[in-house]
Amino acid sequence: MVPPELRYTKDHEWVRVEGDEATVGITEYAAGQLGDIVFVELPEVGKTLDQFATFGVVESVKAVSDLFAPLSGSIVAANDALAGSPELVNSDPYGEGWMVRITLSAPDEVDELLDAAGYDALIAAG
Amino acid sequence: MPYGPHTTGDRERMLATLGIDSVDALFADIPEALRASPLDLPGPEPELELAARLQALAGRNRTDLASFLGAGVYRHWTPANVDQLLLRGEWYTAYTPYQPEISQGTLQSIYEYESLLAELVDLDVVSASHYDGAAATAEAGLMTCRATRRERVLVSKAVHPHYRQTLAAYFGGGLELDEVPLVADGPDAGTTDLAALERLLADADRPVAGVIAAQPNFLGLLEPMTEIGRLAHGSGALFVSVVEPVSLAVLAPPGAYGADIAAGEGQPLGIPPQYGGPFLGILASTDALVRQIPGRLVGMTSDVKGRRAYVMTLRAREQDIRRDKAASNICTNQALLALAASIYLATIGPHGLRDVAAQGAARAARLEAALAAAGARRIHPGPYLNEFAVHVPDARAVHRRLIDRGILAGLVLGDVLPDEPSLADGLLVCATEVTTDADIDRFAAGIAAELVSHDVAATSGSAHHSQVVEAAR
Repeated sequence: MVPPELRYTKDHEWVRVEGDEATVGITEYAAGQLGDIVFVELPEVGKTLDQFATFGVVESVKAVSDLFAPLSGSIVAANDALAGSPELVNSDPYGEGWMVRITLSAPDEVDELLDAAGYDALIAAG
Repeated sequence: MPYGPHTTGDRERMLATLGIDSVDALFADIPEALRASPLDLPGPEPELELAARLQALAGRNRTDLASFLGAGVYRHWTPANVDQLLLRGEWYTAYTPYQPEISQGTLQSIYEYESLLAELVDLDVVSASHYDGAAATAEAGLMTCRATRRERVLVSKAVHPHYRQTLAAYFGGGLELDEVPLVADGPDAGTTDLAALERLLADADRPVAGVIAAQPNFLGLLEPMTEIGRLAHGSGALFVSVVEPVSLAVLAPPGAYGADIAAGEGQPLGIPPQYGGPFLGILASTDALVRQIPGRLVGMTSDVKGRRAYVMTLRAREQDIRRDKAASNICTNQALLALAASIYLATIGPHGLRDVAAQGAARAARLEAALAAAGARRIHPGPYLNEFAVHVPDARAVHRRLIDRGILAGLVLGDVLPDEPSLADGLLVCATEVTTDADIDRFAAGIAAELVSHDVAATSGSAHHSQVVEAAR
């Protein structure tokens, strides 16, 4: 069971919405599928993104994957700790392994995302 | 005797399996107009006659000339073991292996190349390898844009014109490339204009990703690399040094003056100056840029039993995994040439390389003195290592006539830098450890004869020209 208070994308990002800000990371399932994560490339603070635009790259020992912004907005923070400790994405994907915080420009987009039950169904279907 | 892998029978079986009746059907999707027309080749010839024809063609090459041509490609003595070891069958599959760890010997050879070059350039990471110095320089420019997320690069006009052309081609897709002019006169003539660089860097609306300068520069002159690097870093740009590897045995290496990236042509390291290549692109960077550097990286580790083992590392940046988002898709490993460079460096060693560079400088000093005595003086006053520009009236014609005297008088600068008036009558000449006294004397005598005939022709008119040339001979 994934954390019930979060929303999810089909590309395996999670979002924690608090007011007009959202924190974004990748799910435990995604981190497990990628294997040991060795590098995370994140955007500069201030960059604006459209929903589902590429905002960064996550690299594991076996693959490199793009990161997609679940919601439109501008970057207000990126998790600098991941530069030196990318393994936080594996060990604590919903906590210390967060990636960016976004100030939302279209909060209604949240309704388009999966809830926990929907995401659970997605990964159960493989 | 069939040379192709498939017999007619093989082909027929494959076509039957596919349910088509000719190979042409596979290309039906390509419009007729875009398909290759038949090649206009003569019919087959007997081997003896073909060999004779090719030998006659090869005979038209002038291999007898006393050569003073450098301009990015340099003649050096290559110890006999370099070519002999390259002939070993073990190396015939030296191209980048796609199941790499099974080929420990190949990986070790790449690791050795990267280690030797890292020591030479004094930077953390060397990738194996690139097509040539021009491609490596262009990749370095792209690295600075990715790392800084800026889209404008400044390149000194004293970087090899071919490298600048390649940069322009790579940057044609939407990145900006501006040239930093040369100092026109005075003690620093022919080097990168620092005041102009400072002005170009100051444009706040167009932040600069990287500054590219060459040491020695295309005109053979030594550049104030520390200053160029300081100016680049002062505006948040990265600094790329384009190097000639032999020179690094006697000049400060890029790592010592703060370069973030080094690029260069590896040909002087045991690879003969073959017509048109193949060449060897060197690319190196600091550890901070390791994820931006394209090309193969090999690391040393230990296997489960604790034995030394080599692995290809950080492969996820590369085109076979990351496809269109790879660090580069214009990338190869010139593995056999990288191996030649490794064998060369390991054979002559650090002291030997210093001797090669120092002897080249000494031969060039003798060349400078001989040409000056003959009337061809240097254009620039600044220090050089083993290549420099001399002023010769009517340089292009003199260059052509010297070939008839058995002398390849370097490069006509007006041909490659036509928009630099100070170089219009310039010849770029070089010497290395293989340049003999006899060759230098021959060149100086040829220049003296040409200049005498030029002076006489200029003062007495062209009627006496041929007699004077004859007398000078």
